[in-house]
Amino acid sequence: MSSAAFTETVAKAGVDWHSDEMKARRKRRYAADRRLQIYGIVAISFALGFLAILIGSLTFSGHKAFTQTVATIEIDLSGAKVDPNNIKDADWRGIVRGALRAQMPGLSRREERKFFEMFTSSGQFLVRDAVLADPSRLNGVSRFAIPMADPIDQLAKGEISRDTPENQRRVNDQQIAMFDQLVEKGVISTPFNWGLFFNADSRFPELAGLAGAISGSFWSLLVCFIISFPIGIAAAIYLEEFAPKNKLTDLIEVNINNLAAVPSVVFGLLGLAVFLGWLGLPRSAPLVGGLVLALMTLPTLIIVTRVSLKSVPSSIREAALGVGASKHEMIFHHVLPLAIPAVMTGSIISLARALGETAPLLLIGMNAFITSPPDGVFAASTALPTQIYIWADSPERGFVARTSAAILVLLAFLVLMNGIAIYLRQRFERRW
Amino acid sequence: MSGYLIAALALAALMMTFVGCARARATQNGAAEKTHSRPIYHGLNAAIWTGVPAFIFLLLWLGGQNSVINQLVIASFPGAENLDPSARSLILSEIRQVAAGNIFKEPTPEIQAAVAHLKSLQQISTVAMVAVVAATMAIGAFLGYRVIGNRYRARHSVERSVTYFMMFSSFVAIVTTLGIVASLVFEALQFFAKVPVTEFLFGLRWEPQIAIRADQVAGQGAFGVLPVMFGTFVISLISMIVAVPTGILSAIYLTEYADRRFRAAVKPLLEILAGVPTVVYGFFAVLTVAPAVRSLGLGLGIPSSPNSALAAGAVMGVMIIPFISSLSDDALAAVPRAMREGSFALGATKGETIRKVLLPAALPGIVGGVLLALSRAVGETMIVVMAAGLIARMTLNPFDAVTTVTVQIVTLLIGDSEFDNPKTLAAFALGLILFLVTLMLNLIALRTVRKYREKY
Repeated sequence: MSSAAFTETVAKAGVDWHSDEMKARRKRRYAADRRLQIYGIVAISFALGFLAILIGSLTFSGHKAFTQTVATIEIDLSGAKVDPNNIKDADWRGIVRGALRAQMPGLSRREERKFFEMFTSSGQFLVRDAVLADPSRLNGVSRFAIPMADPIDQLAKGEISRDTPENQRRVNDQQIAMFDQLVEKGVISTPFNWGLFFNADSRFPELAGLAGAISGSFWSLLVCFIISFPIGIAAAIYLEEFAPKNKLTDLIEVNINNLAAVPSVVFGLLGLAVFLGWLGLPRSAPLVGGLVLALMTLPTLIIVTRVSLKSVPSSIREAALGVGASKHEMIFHHVLPLAIPAVMTGSIISLARALGETAPLLLIGMNAFITSPPDGVFAASTALPTQIYIWADSPERGFVARTSAAILVLLAFLVLMNGIAIYLRQRFERRW
Repeated sequence: MSGYLIAALALAALMMTFVGCARARATQNGAAEKTHSRPIYHGLNAAIWTGVPAFIFLLLWLGGQNSVINQLVIASFPGAENLDPSARSLILSEIRQVAAGNIFKEPTPEIQAAVAHLKSLQQISTVAMVAVVAATMAIGAFLGYRVIGNRYRARHSVERSVTYFMMFSSFVAIVTTLGIVASLVFEALQFFAKVPVTEFLFGLRWEPQIAIRADQVAGQGAFGVLPVMFGTFVISLISMIVAVPTGILSAIYLTEYADRRFRAAVKPLLEILAGVPTVVYGFFAVLTVAPAVRSLGLGLGIPSSPNSALAAGAVMGVMIIPFISSLSDDALAAVPRAMREGSFALGATKGETIRKVLLPAALPGIVGGVLLALSRAVGETMIVVMAAGLIARMTLNPFDAVTTVTVQIVTLLIGDSEFDNPKTLAAFALGLILFLVTLMLNLIALRTVRKYREKY
């Protein structure tokens, strides 16, 4: 190696440093230096390139789910036999099918079945709920947006190519022809897909949304915060300021450091055995999810809080004690307020981690199929990451785009939380 | 119900703060002697007396009520005393299901009677709970209000309560560890009662999908953990092969070569890799990496499976890069300046200094970081659940599918699980092994890092 040669030359006296041999050696040594630099750049480009591909491919496959192909159909409800006092039980299936039939008259029975398949199978419920929300629509003609079924949605977005042979795609030639007719009539449009945010989960990709997952995540994080924030701060204050140095506190400290590195799935096992098995709490509930996440984030939160307490200079403590404050007053009136921005930053970051955590939530059953958003911490629900897992496992092609879109939503929440944390840090953090 | 009760407790405590504060102020106004505590402490003290005992009582009640009611219901169920525990729990869960309104078939008259019994017991329990909690609250409020006076040391009392709360909080960490160990060991022992320990530890076949009911068609069942451990080892090894060189080289470049602006821009970007949720990596591995790896393998003429170890391991490796990078960064930064400058003074180039001086000096810290990263790779769940296989094979071919400990834990426990069959319990035995392995890696790593820090 070059540096072995380099030590040799130092030992010898009277070396001609300008000889070709020495020049070549220098060149080699500098080349080695440059190689190391290039390796470093390659390593960094590999990591960052991977990140770019990750974000790029998710955006590419996910952005299409933010729009949804819908057919805007006019339905004349004044002629339909709907009892205004019992809107729920009217023949909505017949009404919707009649309106659809009017768009494409003169089809045979088989053609008609293929035609109806092009629209979401839950169109009748959408129309019913719209009328329930606004009964005045019963009095005349009004327009309803009916989402197209998943294959047609894919066709409209160009995911299904018209060039593939008919038996290899999920839309037949006849349906394509009918779709083109609808487009010509101006019935089809692709507005922003609000359903992605306001619908709950569904077996049909065109109706599936994240409302249940987002509110489930919200309730879980709320429980997690309510438990871990006070307990984490209290534990950190005790360990940093009050605890005597003895075997027990040493044990607690080693324990917290190790707990921070325990795999998250083990916390899921804990939740399953203790909260569900022994305490009998309800399965799939955000309450249990929040408890498990709280236990998981607690060690990190304690470590972060201790570091920020430590960074408050001792002159402030001594000044407070000097004018007669008790130890509690010194901490709660002076040290903690100075440390709280850093504590808030740390706890928002650990909440963001908790938001992305999946494995423990799977074990306590937050991957159930639930078609309505939870109305509290005891109701069964999913969370954003578990919803991503469920959709990623679903066979329908439409769910690929939905999964990517859900990931983008999750990443947006994470960016938002980390952004708030960074803002807090830059705005309030003091350097002593 | 308990939600309202907690809200009522909080409200009452808040009210008592103001009431106590006002009373303390009133007594202090006319007092000749100097008072001990400021009025706010009297208020807080009254609030603590009002809220805390009642709240603790409420938690205990909620924790205990289910098992007590279960005991009472099952005791009154005809013929239950002759049944074994698993049959009892089956009946209990049926009763609970019917009571919750999930009826699949018409319940028998005995079950209906038990449901009625259960519902009446629940009602009694709720009423009793509200009464007892309200009484505790009222007594606490009365006592807290009565002690208010000039001589009463309310501040000491409040501070003592706060100290107790802080002590309790720092014990939560220990209780969590104990809870983990207890639940894992308890369920694992039940598993070892059904499957011998030696078969579990040294068996070469892992086929846990056994029949839960008698009429199901399923495998015989074999619980040998070695193939699963082997798969975990293969995937962790692949991830380390990806992460260790990349992480260390990027740390070297960032600390030694890059200028400040480059470093300030790139370091947060690398940290993003660690902040991306693992379920996202898993989806990415399935969607993009696995097909690419498969076509690569088939192009090379190697038998490849769609969920190859290479895809899962490589993606996991990328996830770990920032982890290794930042720990190596710390280790390199901790090498004393004198060593670096001594090397430069002898005429060494930067690259020679890094390779011959800095890396050897920082090696223990880097090794500690790598061990921590390894423990994270072993415990990583979602990437492998989504991208690795389910069948335990002992193969070193990275294009083939292997399974890992965490994959098995999740697949065994997903869906409905009964606590008394070996399939469910096996997951806890695997969890115990996972916990012990990661604990050992963490302890060694933390010790290495700490020892090394003391040296300089």
